[in-house]
Amino acid sequence: MGNRSPIIVTENLTKHYGPVVAVQDLNLEIYEGEVFGLLGPNGAGKTTTILMLLGLTEPTSGRALVAGLDPTRNALAVKRLVGYLPDNVGFYDDLTAKENLLYTGRLNQIPEAELEQRIKTALEQVGLADHGDRKVREFSRGMRQRLGIADLIVKDPRIFILDEPTLGIDPEGVRELLNLIVRLSREKGKTILISSHLLHQIQQICDRVGIFVAGRLLAVGPLETLGRQVMAGKPLEIELQVEPFNHDLLEVFRSLEGVDRVESQGPYIRLRCAKGKDIRPQLTGLLAERKVSILHLRARGHDLDDIYLEYFQGEGRI
Amino acid sequence: MKEWQAKLKEFINWWREAFSSSGGLKVIFLKELADNLSSTRMGILFSLVAVACLSALYVAAQSIRQSVGQEETSFVFLRLFTTSGGSLPPFISFLSFLGPLLGLALGFDAINGEYNKRTLSRLLAQPIYRDDVINGKFLAGIAVLAIMIATLGLLVAGLGLVFIGVPPRGEEIGRMLAYLIVSIIYVAFWLSISLLFSLLFRQAATSALAGIAVWLFFAIFAPMLAGIIADGLFPVTDESPPELVLRNAVWKQNLSRLSPTTLYDEATLYLLNPGIRTLGPVLIQQVIGAIPGFLPLSQSLLLIWPHLVGLIAGTLIIFALAYYYFMRQEIRTS
Repeated sequence: MGNRSPIIVTENLTKHYGPVVAVQDLNLEIYEGEVFGLLGPNGAGKTTTILMLLGLTEPTSGRALVAGLDPTRNALAVKRLVGYLPDNVGFYDDLTAKENLLYTGRLNQIPEAELEQRIKTALEQVGLADHGDRKVREFSRGMRQRLGIADLIVKDPRIFILDEPTLGIDPEGVRELLNLIVRLSREKGKTILISSHLLHQIQQICDRVGIFVAGRLLAVGPLETLGRQVMAGKPLEIELQVEPFNHDLLEVFRSLEGVDRVESQGPYIRLRCAKGKDIRPQLTGLLAERKVSILHLRARGHDLDDIYLEYFQGEGRI
Repeated sequence: MKEWQAKLKEFINWWREAFSSSGGLKVIFLKELADNLSSTRMGILFSLVAVACLSALYVAAQSIRQSVGQEETSFVFLRLFTTSGGSLPPFISFLSFLGPLLGLALGFDAINGEYNKRTLSRLLAQPIYRDDVINGKFLAGIAVLAIMIATLGLLVAGLGLVFIGVPPRGEEIGRMLAYLIVSIIYVAFWLSISLLFSLLFRQAATSALAGIAVWLFFAIFAPMLAGIIADGLFPVTDESPPELVLRNAVWKQNLSRLSPTTLYDEATLYLLNPGIRTLGPVLIQQVIGAIPGFLPLSQSLLLIWPHLVGLIAGTLIIFALAYYYFMRQEIRTS
């Protein structure tokens, strides 16, 4: 991120709903122009955090700063800077897509003459140009979600906050949506905060991610460093599928130096290496000797799913 | 010179920052107004009330025409609103009974509807003050109700003119306008009740039912209940002393005045019947020497002043409660 300054800062941000802890001592810095992914399971406190950033919920203690402004005191100024796409966004069903956008545009005090143009471009950008005059009632889930993005494009804020934007959309729709988000970030330099529990989708477009479990931020960083953090001090696990498979192979693996444990699980064989060992180079040669071909080989702990799982299982230990 | 100008400018800027609206109120007001006016719900209700009131007018005009020459002809124009004919109750009874329904219909899903459509969080994330939403909805509701009631009232006045052919005098017009304004306040009371219920109940159906329950209670059960309580406190038999009878009657009336429906009915009765001087129990001694005649408008207004203040206060208290709940409500959608 280099010399860029943080645009969203939270300092020991905490929110309790009665005895329930929604967010505990959150310290986060998000830089101008980056795509930040806030990842965590449902109920981890992601939405609460977002509402606090917008000044829609007051923190129990600690504070948030958005572009130097405190959302609880300068709610209006913050809401001018931030565009928010709520999780499962809703529109007025009886109005057309254009009328819905007009309403938010007017609430944002955008001059009528300019508004018309902005709505047209926004609808084109999200691929709804032909559906502007249709009632939102007839829209599919994916179209609503795209209309939600168009809503933000019309507002044209500095910061986009998207809560679970890909939920319930088909894979093709997700791909389009993510492309759109990436374009916003790359071409217009917008800061984008995405919250999600769907890792695979978000992983491709985030500059940095924060993993959020049970109200606490467990790890922050670019994906690669997160991977390294998790791998540090943890033995490598290899997932393997071979053809032809027989149980003698398991014995062969067990006898290998540097292998701690071998187990078969469905079509897969799992090998756990001793600490600091990596037997992958030997493995290929070994199998080739026996005329066994490898169908699948994966080192676990290197993609976000594993990181995510690791943090979930490791909850409380870390 | 320069200095005070700078200070003035500073003050104006501060004033603007502190008190200027976000502009959201106007936008929300206009949108809600358009929504209400174009909704099917409003169309159905307005037709229902209009049909009821116009048929009442027709019957009233018929019976006035038949009785021409036999009865007192002063304030004949106002009698359009108060005369019942055949099996139909008069215009004011219809409006008193159906008016609350209009108010309830406009507000019962005002806030929980936004919540269920999941538009509330998106709306509140726009740069507007939070109270703009509830204020805008309330004001738009009142505007729609005012338009409807004024339309009905003027329609009746115009058609009445055609039917009976007697032009209204200035005082009659004044009384009619006062009647329409009181009606608007009364219906606004029901709007604020339904707005409150739309905050207290997440389901639109629950909130509508709660509103209807309160309406039926005030319209039908409250007067009965007042009678039961008064009779319980001061049991009256044929041989009871007059003080007890009087006390029973006064209690009965005052208890039933806790209901806004009673307040409204009494207020409209005073307004549209200039001959009525009091609705409470009257002793013969008090009437001796009184010259029968009509009260001027100002005196009738004086009589209903407490009723008016009661209705306005009730409306404001309920709205303040709704406002309080709305400002404190968590807006989480999940």
